[in-house]
Amino acid sequence: MSESKVSVAPSERTVIGITFGNSNSSIACTVDDKAEVIANEDGDRQIPTILSYVDGDEYYGQQAKNFLVRNPKNTVAYFKDFLGKDFAAVDPTHNHASAHPEDVEGTVSFSVKEKDGEDAEVSKLSVSEVSTRYLRRLIDAASEYLGKKVTSAVMTVPTNFSDKQKQALLAAAAAANLEVLQLISEPVAAALAYDARAEAEVQDKIVVVADLGGTRSDVAIVASRSGMYTILATVHDYDFHGAALDKVLIDHFSKEFIKKHQVDPRENARSLAKLKAEAESTKKTLSLSTNASFSIESLANGIDFTSSINRLRYETIARSVFEGFTRLVDSAVKKAGLDALDIDEVILSGGTSHTPRIAANLGYLFPQSTKILAPSTTPAAINPSELNARGAALQASLIQEYEAEDIDQSTHAAVTTVPHITNAIGVISLNEAGEEVFVPVVAPETAVPARRTVHVAAPKDGGDVLVKIVEGNTHIKVTKPEPKAKDESKSAKVEDADDEEGDDSDFSDDEEEEEEKREKVWKIGAPLAEAAIRGVKKGGKVEVTILVDANLSVTVTTREVGAKTGVRGTLSA
Amino acid sequence: MATVVPLPLPTLPEGWTAEKDFKPIGKIAQNETTQRTIEPVGPHFLAHARRARHKRTFSEDDRIQAQERAKNVEEDNESDLSEPEDPMMLSRDAKDWKQQDHYKVLGLSKYRWRATEEQIKRAHRKKVLKHHPDKKAAAGRTEDDNFFKCIQKATEVLLDPIKRRQFDSVDEEADVEPPTKKQLQKGNFYKLWGNVFKAEGRFSNTQPVPSFGNENSTKEEVENFYNFFYNFDSWRSFEYLDEDVPDDNESRDQRRHTERKNLNARKKRKAEDNARLRKLLDDCSAADERIKKFRQEANAAKNKKRLEKEAAEKKAAEEAAAKKAAEEAAAKEAEEKAKADREASKKAKEAAKNAVKKNKRVLRGSVKDANYFAEGDASVATIDAVLGDVELIQAKIDADEIAALAGKLNGLKVADEIKAAWNEEAARLVAAGKINAGDLKAFSA
Repeated sequence: MSESKVSVAPSERTVIGITFGNSNSSIACTVDDKAEVIANEDGDRQIPTILSYVDGDEYYGQQAKNFLVRNPKNTVAYFKDFLGKDFAAVDPTHNHASAHPEDVEGTVSFSVKEKDGEDAEVSKLSVSEVSTRYLRRLIDAASEYLGKKVTSAVMTVPTNFSDKQKQALLAAAAAANLEVLQLISEPVAAALAYDARAEAEVQDKIVVVADLGGTRSDVAIVASRSGMYTILATVHDYDFHGAALDKVLIDHFSKEFIKKHQVDPRENARSLAKLKAEAESTKKTLSLSTNASFSIESLANGIDFTSSINRLRYETIARSVFEGFTRLVDSAVKKAGLDALDIDEVILSGGTSHTPRIAANLGYLFPQSTKILAPSTTPAAINPSELNARGAALQASLIQEYEAEDIDQSTHAAVTTVPHITNAIGVISLNEAGEEVFVPVVAPETAVPARRTVHVAAPKDGGDVLVKIVEGNTHIKVTKPEPKAKDESKSAKVEDADDEEGDDSDFSDDEEEEEEKREKVWKIGAPLAEAAIRGVKKGGKVEVTILVDANLSVTVTTREVGAKTGVRGTLSA
Repeated sequence: MATVVPLPLPTLPEGWTAEKDFKPIGKIAQNETTQRTIEPVGPHFLAHARRARHKRTFSEDDRIQAQERAKNVEEDNESDLSEPEDPMMLSRDAKDWKQQDHYKVLGLSKYRWRATEEQIKRAHRKKVLKHHPDKKAAAGRTEDDNFFKCIQKATEVLLDPIKRRQFDSVDEEADVEPPTKKQLQKGNFYKLWGNVFKAEGRFSNTQPVPSFGNENSTKEEVENFYNFFYNFDSWRSFEYLDEDVPDDNESRDQRRHTERKNLNARKKRKAEDNARLRKLLDDCSAADERIKKFRQEANAAKNKKRLEKEAAEKKAAEEAAAKKAAEEAAAKEAEEKAKADREASKKAKEAAKNAVKKNKRVLRGSVKDANYFAEGDASVATIDAVLGDVELIQAKIDADEIAALAGKLNGLKVADEIKAAWNEEAARLVAAGKINAGDLKAFSA
């Protein structure tokens, strides 16, 4: 960690979670173990990551954003992604309508007039200085809300944040007198925000976290194994994002304006800034209602412009962008070597995720059993803009009582890097037809050491039962549609089938679609062990506990539920 | 925790036997795993890290965690009462409440001025439950409500912000004694003094109080700290130690006298307290290595500046001297050169003059050699005319032309040729308009 680290004794900490985004930032705290996003002085929970200097005064957030129209030169926006990067490596596209990044000995700086007066000299602010100032404002807002000086925070970073960028972020935070307890990756913060809800159950699942932001989109495939998260694959994209949707609306309304007035408002920087601001708010309205108005006073040549758009039209003109999002998610699933059927949950995060069309499109990509966690599909979904900040706040409240050194040691690679088993481990059960089927106990891609327990029903009449521990793996079974008789296809399926996951068949049993049926089936692999439980009572259950140790030795404990003794055995690796 | 699988297990085949009913068959191969990084996030990772770092198994960790949780609950119930009650304190008389330690009475002596109102209320409630006189009466001890009154008084003082401040002002138990030399010898300078000033900081009107810092604190932080404490704005007051003012109306003078005495005592104590803090600061800053360090650094910086300035001056002087010397040398050289030039030009002039003289002699000689172009002895008039012409021509042409003419004439001996040369020269001069043809007597143009 960086040398200039601020350290605060655990008893004196006041912690928050910070998401420092490229377009918007959020701050959150925990109240009674529940995360709560803090509104700043302006009442914003998504605080635009913008600083503006007007007559010697510093503005941030929405106020600064409003200055993009009137004072673009002294307004710094979209700077977070430049942190810790060389000038040669930064993409200044989004800074076109604000202060432009400049090369100062390889690092990125912005020239703004921060002092009052006509002939005040222009000062060069490095991107880390800008970040420090912005973070200071966030901390102030949080301190004001909590009534206590915020000393420490957990911050979220994208998964592709390099070590150099992390160091730069830590240094910027240290300069703002903030102790950074931990940097956590954004998709995991989002997953944590969902898993920390009181009603959430700890289970083994594969989660897609699609973080669709204003200037970038990141998709991560996360294996969530009894509350531990392992990222299997990530995809980053800088073409499909919220700004691309704004662009679609800008172009649409500009064309309408040109038709009426023969002037292209996009050619004037000020008009373009007005268009952008209005397009963004129209886009947000369209996420909630089916109609939105678009009106700008004095758009170009002093002409007022008013128009409206409905959601259907918006979805038509922005189709290519929406499809881009879907492809992006699809490519991430492919990159992880998985199939859409393997995905149990899709978490939509980031402001752009409010758009109903994106969630709907993802619904078509995945089977019906996959939960799409977005406001338009799941009423109980958490506000996608707040997920990362909530996750960070939860993590902050978890670790605030630990010494900084303790946290460092616990997040050390020696603790976090562990083997993950490739194949599932499970027991053999019998299905209705008397066939042997695989029941997974320990899911694939589970980090070891791992311990899982299942209760398996005994045969109806009780008696002696065999507990057979085997490895298993999934494969995707593709069944060509046989339009003639559905009975036949079903029996054919049973013949070569091992197991048929009930919820998967819901998806594939759509008779009208002339598509091939795809389903996930478990294949029984190499046997590991057998154990016998004798004299199980009628209607009893057998508890099977499989413990995979860090050195891959497997300990199996089985007993009848309620019985004191059982059978225990170890397979040494 | 455990998921329930409704599908039944197979029955045990006939004749299946194994030692202790367990038959190991396979194992997980090393190549069936992937090294991946778990994200260090969430409560379950914390549990994992705890297990990994303490090398605990799942069941061990479960047991230890369960124990810790159980203990926590207990502590929560008992925390404020965990302080043992001094029997001496229990037998206190409620009348001299001014002398009692209110925090100790409520069992809050480890919190003291840090105790929140909530804590005080809770502690009060717990003490009341324990020491209520009715309970004692039930146990057969009637009229034993002295300590209960102490508790009520303590709560009354501590829950009233003004009275609490007055008590906190004189609560010496919360003071941290300045470290002795012996303690400081062991190191820990910053920690020991830091605690002293942390305790002093409780009297500050301005919060937060800057921290004492450590050996790595910057100059600014250290200066900020000392400035803060040297200009300490304290709410500490000493009303609590006032003598009781007699409240009878009869001796008004007595009352006023006591009031005045109290006022003076307060002022005196306040002044003493200020002096005490000042001394603390003096002692601390005298031993503070950081101040020495900063002074040395400042001196070094100042010296550096002075030395630099001196070096710069010296260098400038040297440069000026060198420049002057160079100028002088250049001037001398230029003078010498000019002298040499003058002499050389003088010589050249003389040489030219001599050459002209010699050439003129040649010219004159040439006409003499030609016997003034006369047959036999030339008449005076002829000689005069020829020589007059020669003089005229000579006067009209410059040194080079004289030399050229002399060159022409030098080899000639025959009078006609000489005359022809002269005539030619004369004709050239006439053509050039330098002389009039009429002026010439002997030569024809």
